[in-house]
Amino acid sequence: MRPGDVVQSVLAPAGTAASSIHWLWQLMLWTAVTVFALVIAFLIAALVRGLRRQRDSHVISLDAGESSEAAQRTLTRAVSVAVGATVVTLIALLVASVWTGRTVAAHASNAVTIDVSGHQWWWEVEYEHTVPSERFVTANEIHVPVGRPVVLKVQSRDVIHSFWTPNLQGKRDLIPGYVTAIWMQADREGTFRGQCAEFCGKQHAHMAFDLVAESESQFEQWRESMRQPARQPQTDLERRGQQLFMAGRCSACHQIRGTDANGLVGPDLTHIAARQTIAAGTLENTPAHLGEWIRDSQSIKPYNQMPPTPLPRDDLDALVSYLEALK
Amino acid sequence: MSPRELPPAAPDVRALERTWEDPPGFFGWFTHVDHKSIGKRYLVTAFGFFVLAGMLAALMRLQLSRPDNTLLGPDLYNQIFTTHGTTMMFLFAVPVMQGLGVYFVPLMIGARSIAFPRLVSYSYWMFLFGGIFLYVAFFLSAGPDVGWFSYPPLAETLYTPSKRPDVWAQLITFTEVASLAVAVSLITTVFKLRAPGMTLNRIPIFVWGQVVTSFMVIFAMPAVMLASTALILDRLVNTHFFDTQRGGDALLWQHLFWFFGHPEVYIIFIPGTGIVSTIITTFSRRPMFGYLAVVLALVSTAFMGFGLWVHHMFATGLPQLGESFFTAASMMIAIPTGIQFFCWIATIWSGRMSLKTPMLWILGFFVIFLIGGLTGVQLAAVPLNIQVHDTYFVVAHFHYVLIGGAVFPLFGAFYYWFPKITGRMLGERLGAWAFGLMFAGFNLTFFPMHVLGLHGMPRRVYTYQAALGWGTLNMTASLGALLLFVGVLLFVVDVVQSLVYGTTAADNPWEAGTLEWATTSPPPHSNFVRPPTVAGRDPVWENAPDQPVVVGLRDDVRDVLVTHVLDAEPDHRVEFPEPSVWPLFTAMATTLLFIWSIFTPWGVVYGSVPLFVAMTGWFWPKTPVEGGTQPWPIAHRTLPMPGEMPGAGGAI
Repeated sequence: MRPGDVVQSVLAPAGTAASSIHWLWQLMLWTAVTVFALVIAFLIAALVRGLRRQRDSHVISLDAGESSEAAQRTLTRAVSVAVGATVVTLIALLVASVWTGRTVAAHASNAVTIDVSGHQWWWEVEYEHTVPSERFVTANEIHVPVGRPVVLKVQSRDVIHSFWTPNLQGKRDLIPGYVTAIWMQADREGTFRGQCAEFCGKQHAHMAFDLVAESESQFEQWRESMRQPARQPQTDLERRGQQLFMAGRCSACHQIRGTDANGLVGPDLTHIAARQTIAAGTLENTPAHLGEWIRDSQSIKPYNQMPPTPLPRDDLDALVSYLEALK
Repeated sequence: MSPRELPPAAPDVRALERTWEDPPGFFGWFTHVDHKSIGKRYLVTAFGFFVLAGMLAALMRLQLSRPDNTLLGPDLYNQIFTTHGTTMMFLFAVPVMQGLGVYFVPLMIGARSIAFPRLVSYSYWMFLFGGIFLYVAFFLSAGPDVGWFSYPPLAETLYTPSKRPDVWAQLITFTEVASLAVAVSLITTVFKLRAPGMTLNRIPIFVWGQVVTSFMVIFAMPAVMLASTALILDRLVNTHFFDTQRGGDALLWQHLFWFFGHPEVYIIFIPGTGIVSTIITTFSRRPMFGYLAVVLALVSTAFMGFGLWVHHMFATGLPQLGESFFTAASMMIAIPTGIQFFCWIATIWSGRMSLKTPMLWILGFFVIFLIGGLTGVQLAAVPLNIQVHDTYFVVAHFHYVLIGGAVFPLFGAFYYWFPKITGRMLGERLGAWAFGLMFAGFNLTFFPMHVLGLHGMPRRVYTYQAALGWGTLNMTASLGALLLFVGVLLFVVDVVQSLVYGTTAADNPWEAGTLEWATTSPPPHSNFVRPPTVAGRDPVWENAPDQPVVVGLRDDVRDVLVTHVLDAEPDHRVEFPEPSVWPLFTAMATTLLFIWSIFTPWGVVYGSVPLFVAMTGWFWPKTPVEGGTQPWPIAHRTLPMPGEMPGAGGAI
């Protein structure tokens, strides 16, 4: 497995913070390898010497093993030097750590501010704006502009979660009752996977999200399209799907801006068709997957809050075609 | 009064053994207060829990061996990983180390008994009942499922309405009561019951490790008892300690839990280093190099261990200055451990190494624990920590620390002390095979987890998607677990075979220097027919041929010599309690109260009635035996020099 194969790795940094941390990791790794090699080398040397001395004589020696006081002093000196070297190494690592910590924590102005709220088991994402009408809510997919800092204000709606996109930045816990902020900045374009990193119950394993880093212009375009209310259904099939959505149980839990659906229990679906995955990174977003999910999400992600919805085949098709048109 | 006025004659061995023997037979078994008997029970029971939790680990490795596996669902998987962690921490690692202490501390300091033997008996029953309670719950599908750390709000009734978190919280109470009782007994034993002449700077390092650990237990455990009790109150009577919406605080739990949880690691690891020092000394055939430095390292580890709990909370978003403090503290704790490492290497360097099986495990410890320690330093750095925190990197790290720092030394200890406990040797060849398989299996299982964590695999996930590319390394880890399992199995085979056909062990088969080897294998009921006095750190090596022994203790009652804390000069003698079934009854009553209180707060009220009855039975005063507790005659407060005493085995 190479770092490039996975989209969720500490070892393939794509952001300012992750790069600094990666540098620190390299330093720590090679220091550790050196220390390990030295200690084991001394252990082997000691062992060889001890075994050889045992061959010569196996009498228990009470004069601390070495006949002369000079030998004893040499041993004491060697141990003291080793302890001194340990202290110096640790202080060097401490300085490197604190210094990296400062670069990881500081950030520039003109940041994009995004509120992330954890739910069992999905992510609510709100893009802040000074003009309230320019704010919008989406879920499970975060877009950020490359080369511009992003501040994430994180909190939880239920239990403790942890927000983590290893390619960009370390994790931050989402704790009910606390709003904390962490920043990140992408250095290159790409889609990076993130995943909840604090055990949060039965579906902790399926609480992921996509983080899309794109150029400033693409990002602005995306943001503009996200601000729009949902696209109106165009075909009869889609219109029937919308009716089913509004009449059925769907609208009680999900919101689709520009319609009567304003439930707040599940993820906002205003632009669900624009997302790459559904069910918090569980399935690729295809009509077939969406249909399966609506019919029986419990077999895919057991214990999630969405009840099974056994619809007749053509109703399900109508519902799926309506949702998959919500670009 | 001169020493000669006391009878220097050999004690009546049969009377002495009759006095110290616990009642035989099935019913007698429930009344034992002999620390050797209880120590053995502790060791065997804790090992049983180790095997059980190991099987749970094997199930987890099966589930994770390939992506999108459906062998275990999330409900069962969460119970399994929680029960695995809880068992390994509370029902294996702490009790097994305390069990070693209960068995060997009195022997190593030349005492006839552990202090408060009935309390130790009670502690064993509490530990056993707690463990049974957890596993009964587990097999009834009520096993705890919110992690061994049981973070609220997930552990609160709103998110986990079942009784599972209550089972966890009460298991904690059980094991804390047990380990506090042992800690108090061990500290008292070491401070007041040492053989005359065993001044503080002659206490064996293993015993120092046990004392330091016991103090840590006393300071760390109340934090988690407080926390788990508050959690039960939240769940049972709607207090809101950890409920953010009603003025509680979810982070408060984390502070309380980790104020215990981090020292817990050292509570497990410090006895391990004590074992390492003991075995290295014996097989290097020289006294430990840097005794004072090592003892001070243990003590300072214990102090610093209380100052690093926040490094478990770096991801919660604490102020940077505070984080830096805890980074510094977490890194500096590597210094005392480094000192111990260097002193061990110096001892081997200047000794005459005889490479027997116990020593193999210690070499395994060196490699594994060193890696765990180095990743520990890495985890202390906040920036790196927030990347790998709660990933498989941490899983790898703490298994390297705990299996390296505790389990490998422990297996070394099994090979080292098995002859003393059972009177039979374990197999050298089978032991070497068990070691080889466990060492290879361990590294194959846990080393890949470092890489998995760096590649983004979080902990406590019951499955993962194939596209993430974690399949190969997970399969490797699962195969490694198989090797590890075979290694443990070979050890069990070795033990059974040795108990049936093993060669008889001499009193001191390794020619070791500490006092447990100055008595028979296995030791008599009274530990020492003639309690020894001590003239050095390794008394068996250093004592003079005419070293005095303690006489003047009665052989018709359980008479024990109490000595002074600092210089271990004789102070007075005290009569120790007889075997009793009341500790068992008291433990049963406590168990009833604890379990009842999960279902209704009235359980505490009604449950205290049988507890009161049992405690009354336990403490019912007896008619004092004539000649019981007496001050030690003043004339014998100073130790005679060996030269002053006539002939070998003179008396004080």
